[in-house]
Amino acid sequence: MSHFIDRRLNPKGKSLANRQRFLRRARAQIREAVQKSLKDAAVADIGKERKIRISTKGTREPRFRLDPRAGGERDFVLPGNKEFTPGDEIQKPRSGEGGRGKQASDSGEGEDDFEFTMTQDEILDIFFEDLELPNLVRTTLKETPSRSWKRVGITTSGSPTQINLVRTMRNAFGRRLALKRPRPADIAELEARLDALERSEPQTSEAREQIVALKEELARANARRKWIAFIDPVDVRFNAFTEQPVPTSQAVMFCLMDVSGSMGEREKDLAKRFYMLLHLFLKRRYERVDIVFIRHTHDAQEVDEQEFFYSRQSGGTIVSTALEKMLEVQKERYATADWNIYAAQASDGYTQSGDARHCVEMLNELIMPLCQYYAYIEILDEREMEVFASEDSGAELWRAYRTISQLWPNFATKRIARPSDIFPVFRELFRKSETA
Amino acid sequence: MAPTPLFTEPEWNFQTLDRVCRTIEEIAIGELGLDVYPNQIEIISTEQMLDAYSSLGMPLMYHHWSFGKLFAREEQLYRGGYSGLAYEIVINSSPCISYLLEDNSMTMQALVIAHAAFGHNHFFKNNYLFRQWTNAEGILDYLAFAKRYIAACEDRHGRGEVEAILDSAHALMEQGVFRYSRPPRPSRERSLEKRRRRMEYEDISRNELWRTLPAGIEPPAAPPVVDPEEDYGSEMTLPEENLLYFIEKHSPALRPWQRELLRIVRSLAQYFYPQRQTKVMNEGCASFVHHTIMHMLYDRGLITEGSLLEFLHSHTGVVFQPEFDDSRYSGLNPYALGFGMMADIRRICEEPTPEDRDWFPQLAGSADWMGALKDAWANYRDESFVEQFLSPKLMREFRLFQLYDRAEDSTYRVTSIHDENGYRRLRSALARQYDVGVSDANIQVMGADLQGDRRLLLAHMMHRGVPLHEGTRELVCVHLERLWGHEVVLEDVEGDG
Repeated sequence: MSHFIDRRLNPKGKSLANRQRFLRRARAQIREAVQKSLKDAAVADIGKERKIRISTKGTREPRFRLDPRAGGERDFVLPGNKEFTPGDEIQKPRSGEGGRGKQASDSGEGEDDFEFTMTQDEILDIFFEDLELPNLVRTTLKETPSRSWKRVGITTSGSPTQINLVRTMRNAFGRRLALKRPRPADIAELEARLDALERSEPQTSEAREQIVALKEELARANARRKWIAFIDPVDVRFNAFTEQPVPTSQAVMFCLMDVSGSMGEREKDLAKRFYMLLHLFLKRRYERVDIVFIRHTHDAQEVDEQEFFYSRQSGGTIVSTALEKMLEVQKERYATADWNIYAAQASDGYTQSGDARHCVEMLNELIMPLCQYYAYIEILDEREMEVFASEDSGAELWRAYRTISQLWPNFATKRIARPSDIFPVFRELFRKSETA
Repeated sequence: MAPTPLFTEPEWNFQTLDRVCRTIEEIAIGELGLDVYPNQIEIISTEQMLDAYSSLGMPLMYHHWSFGKLFAREEQLYRGGYSGLAYEIVINSSPCISYLLEDNSMTMQALVIAHAAFGHNHFFKNNYLFRQWTNAEGILDYLAFAKRYIAACEDRHGRGEVEAILDSAHALMEQGVFRYSRPPRPSRERSLEKRRRRMEYEDISRNELWRTLPAGIEPPAAPPVVDPEEDYGSEMTLPEENLLYFIEKHSPALRPWQRELLRIVRSLAQYFYPQRQTKVMNEGCASFVHHTIMHMLYDRGLITEGSLLEFLHSHTGVVFQPEFDDSRYSGLNPYALGFGMMADIRRICEEPTPEDRDWFPQLAGSADWMGALKDAWANYRDESFVEQFLSPKLMREFRLFQLYDRAEDSTYRVTSIHDENGYRRLRSALARQYDVGVSDANIQVMGADLQGDRRLLLAHMMHRGVPLHEGTRELVCVHLERLWGHEVVLEDVEGDG
């Protein structure tokens, strides 16, 4: 009458459809919450699952409720009387303290905030949505790292360039042994004996018979050599390859930022998004990614992430100090033989006059030969963006850097005012990875 | 010769489960005389348990975002360690499906089998509310139909459209039940047949040529197929307490498939309605049954002392009642009250005190406690059960007291406590507290002007002057207007004060 069923092996994710519906429903709140949460997150933390707290606006499920606090009268029964006797008065709890009994607590209004965990993919989806990444890039970012061809044994078919000579020759040799293919030495010996017999005087009938026999044998041996090939198609072996994900190696990402007074909250937030995206991208390509934060005013320092984004410094602006600092750190810790070097510089475009030229020299001669990629973003506000609509106009640093990008294809410059402006900076970078 | 225990290891396996289940079944049916649906016991993982939570405990459910929200919330609570998972979930269906968590120890599995597969199961099969108002044989088929139908609607009409109707219907779920007249049973064949006929009608009445008519000229209206069981727009009976039913039948704005969605939500509300009315009894019955059976197993040496202690640890946790000023307090615990009352009935039958003879003359001293309990399980709901069987002894044990609350006052007044003068009033007050007819807002349709401006008139029948919560009232009215398609007026009416 009773029977058992083991359901544990049933497919998982039965309520996935419900979750997707919920995420779509609360899209606006979730987006806001994710942006906020990423704002406080470390650059390297993008792409981890995280807790999200959203308000229930938009996912509220109202029901008719009675509200005994607003009017009317009621009786209710509680357990645990200690000293009360009929007629006693008890002060009501202040509203907001949480009520006693069910009536007050499940009115459906108590749930102002709502916390749940989002997976890495869900977070990235939202993050990407804002950056307006092309779909192709989204998927490459979300999926596994680079792949490369790897030897996986031997096959019997393949392209001639992949012939495995050792294996092929070994097979041929074995086959020749097994089928008793006469060696050149055997032939030579037969010929020598024949020759000796033919030359011997006088020719006896015995010798003549031997000559006939030897000639036959020699003919058989030669025929055998013909039909047992030295290398037969069945001997040929090829190296086999398969595509396998391979962690390429390691990369270091230098984040350079101007932190002088002119870089406000908004500018830093945009820069942070840019660094996050770059980090995410590098993370997919390289097994290990180090981040070096260098901030500068008229003087550059290597700092930790917290200070990089949140502490303020006053002073002038000399960009070249940051470049010097970067070179110094690179020489000390990141040899080009072992590390792929990426650099991203964010600034509002102002530097001490004359410094721009110095920067260009340093970049051209010292830095660009080391770097895989160097991105310069200039963060403007929307008003400035209109003024500098043309690529050619701009402040000193911008004009100076434009000359570099003409020399070096892996040097990108871009002005951004909105999150959606960030991605085009990477276009070159992604295009490279797509064709590679 | 002492019998060997059924199990000694904490790990379970299917052989042991089967052996234990058969032993429990012998006791439950052979000795206690319980009457149950066939059992289907399913072992599930924690993730599947969370799945089940978020689909109202049903094995099948249509898709809706609110279930996703529930899942996310439960998962967070569970992963954060704020709440444990239930050891079991049981479904009122035939066969009766119980879910057992794979993490349970063997003792817990035995406890849960006794609790769900026999306790709850007996209650579902025998309680008059479930017998009259739910259809245990049909529910799974009906859910399968509902899921398919709603998925088909999403394909045909778009997810947004379907979601909007479901949102609105969910908001009215509590006002979507018949409390007094018995609803028609949802039968799978009838639903399918009806749906088939509708599709057929749509197919017949579609003609490719009509698509080529110039704009402004309507295709000829085909005569509607008359469904003898459907009577849209027929005489309305007023007042009507079931808002969803009324809207489904009379709303001028809804298309046929939207009416069908309302009917699905309404059927579910009706299916769950008995469970809301019998929380105390249902859990009490199951707890009493598992308690009795586990002790019988122990008395016969079928479980070890260690198992008994593990069981008691869990049992006392479940029937624990924090006092009102305890930070853990969140209302009366239905397990505690239900189990307390049922154990008390047994005590009254077996060892009555003079007080019990006064209060329960027909029970006191009658040796057939199981008969008394079975009668209670079959014929009462929480309200009437408390009114009938709550004994003075239990009121003293729970130290119950009654407060009078008037909204204008800044204090509560203690009106009665667990003493000679208070017992009866206390008991009636507690019984009223379990009357869902009082705790749910009582909203009735007073009229709808279908010929004129199509305004829908609703009245909230106030009970002792308690008004509706302002914030939610507005929000629900928006949903009402979406379903009705025209203005909806909701008035407070002094009711039964």
